[in-house]
Amino acid sequence: MLKRVHFPASYLPYLLVAPQVIITVIFFIWPASQAVYQSFLIEDAFGLSTEFVWFENFEYLWGDSHYRSAFGRTLFFSAAVAFLSMSFALILAGFADRIVRGATAYRTLLIWPYAVAPVLAGALFLFMFNPTIGIFPYVLDMIGYDWNHYLNGSQAMFLVILAAAWKQVAYNFLFYLAAMQSIPKSITEAAAIDGAGPIRRFATIIFPLISPTTFFLLVINATYAFFETFGIIHAVTQGGPANSTTTLVYKVFNDGFVGLDLGGSAAQSVILMILVIGMTVIQFRFIEKRVQY
Amino acid sequence: MAGIKLDTLTKSYGDTEVLHHIDAAINDGEFVVIVGPSGCGKSTLLRMVAGLESVTSGDVYIGDKRVNDLEPADRDIAMVFQNYALYPHMSVRQNMAYGLKIRKLPKDEIDRRVREAADILEIGQYLDRKPRQLSGGQRQRVAMGRAIVRDPQVFLFDEPLSNLDAKLRVQMRLEIRKLQKRLGVTSIFVTHDQVEAMTLGDRLMVLNAGYVEQFGTPIELYERPASVFVAGFIGSPAMNFIPCNASGTSLTMPNGIGLDTRQTATGKVLLGVRPEHLTPDATGHFKMTIEMLEHLGGVTLLHGILDGTDIQIVASLEGITQHQIGEVLTLSAPTEKLHLFDEATEKRIGD
Repeated sequence: MLKRVHFPASYLPYLLVAPQVIITVIFFIWPASQAVYQSFLIEDAFGLSTEFVWFENFEYLWGDSHYRSAFGRTLFFSAAVAFLSMSFALILAGFADRIVRGATAYRTLLIWPYAVAPVLAGALFLFMFNPTIGIFPYVLDMIGYDWNHYLNGSQAMFLVILAAAWKQVAYNFLFYLAAMQSIPKSITEAAAIDGAGPIRRFATIIFPLISPTTFFLLVINATYAFFETFGIIHAVTQGGPANSTTTLVYKVFNDGFVGLDLGGSAAQSVILMILVIGMTVIQFRFIEKRVQY
Repeated sequence: MAGIKLDTLTKSYGDTEVLHHIDAAINDGEFVVIVGPSGCGKSTLLRMVAGLESVTSGDVYIGDKRVNDLEPADRDIAMVFQNYALYPHMSVRQNMAYGLKIRKLPKDEIDRRVREAADILEIGQYLDRKPRQLSGGQRQRVAMGRAIVRDPQVFLFDEPLSNLDAKLRVQMRLEIRKLQKRLGVTSIFVTHDQVEAMTLGDRLMVLNAGYVEQFGTPIELYERPASVFVAGFIGSPAMNFIPCNASGTSLTMPNGIGLDTRQTATGKVLLGVRPEHLTPDATGHFKMTIEMLEHLGGVTLLHGILDGTDIQIVASLEGITQHQIGEVLTLSAPTEKLHLFDEATEKRIGD
């Protein structure tokens, strides 16, 4: 028998959740609804006249080749960031799981990058890779490779991917390490006795057993790369050269606040909003249930 | 097939020595049970044989080969863990085949061996299930199956029955025993349960605080325990101990009653009598005030104190007896069933 405690109805619970509700309404619901409304408007560049145009902004985006290429670029960027940061975190966690002495020190150090603000992470990489004064271009120059991400779009893309991935490694590492440490030791010992070496144990036992974490991180990293890398891109490349690092989020900013196309920018952010809602649904539907093996 | 030899084996964690100079020779095909209370180092010892713990000093031999520096995989052993340690993402078949695949056996040979082991353990119909779809007893069998298919030189069991319920434990105990006799593989079995140890082992190694107290057959341990610890650990209910003063072959109990022994000793000793060796006898030396009765059907346990002292003693009488609480009962035990231990060293005196 479950015992249930009943409280008389009162205003207290409403009062207690009120601050959270007010914050959500003011900072999330209201701006979001404004964005939706804005996306139905076309404004002239001086903000003197406004016209209600229904879905014209969306129709324009649909036919805009710049927007479509930004979409593809963002997908590539997200996939690359997720793959790079997750695989690197997996390797680090694999090693950190094996060490006994000084494990806490390693863990603490490996978590630090997560505390760095995106724009600062961007600034770090900006200096390291600056074609004039950076250390990496200097080294690359010695082996005869010419680095200039201000001119070379692929190099610029590589740089923002690297910076974005580096910052996310710490987060992924933490989750992977926790997942690995929750695997009973006797299972890996049994595999060792069965004759599996460290690499084989990792591939056939550990990796399959942490697959729920991998899936969870995949969604988290995709969300991160889609929405939270604005600071890095803004600091490192400003979307350039020639839009080669303009992702969807960056394009929202660029079209709205630089190009002053408020309606088009709002329409883009509505599309992003739909995407993030979709990702959240995926996360809740599948991750809360946990991947079954 | 191979025997196992432990040569002055020692294990330390930092400055703490947890196993002290263990020497033992286990014959080919023998079933040895390491038994002792929690924290005595029995699992550590087993894991050292398996290669899961490093050896601080001394040597481990499997067959004629010194295996100190070999990886667990190269020692040709199989181990059954307390929590079974089945791979949760693999079916029963894949669990059992894992080690064979790594050894790159041909596919039909793997299938044959898995099928054979599954038949022996009667888990043939579960081969395509995942471990979480099995009951505790079935998981236990799969863990055994995974050990059998490998056809190793040595089986190592780390308290494999302690997660099963009482009835299943007795059944699996018998099955493990039968299986080991049938396969004739040298086995080491670790347990804290003395009944399990007595019924399974050809020989028992009693471990206490990192020392081997005694290593012998169950009957030897029961009839001639080498120390107070072994005497108290083996047998249920536990042996009674009465501190006495000895002079030659005569003892004086704390209540002033004297009795004769076949052993010769002087000074303070502990007299050990098993509850089942006490019988009502008006001419006996043990006067007991009954404080509690336990009727188990086949036997009746009488709990009480030795008259005139505060020493707890237990007597196990056959059948259902009509004794009352508060009654003073006189008991005797045959002289050849009396054990004598030095009170200071706790070692056995005499034969």
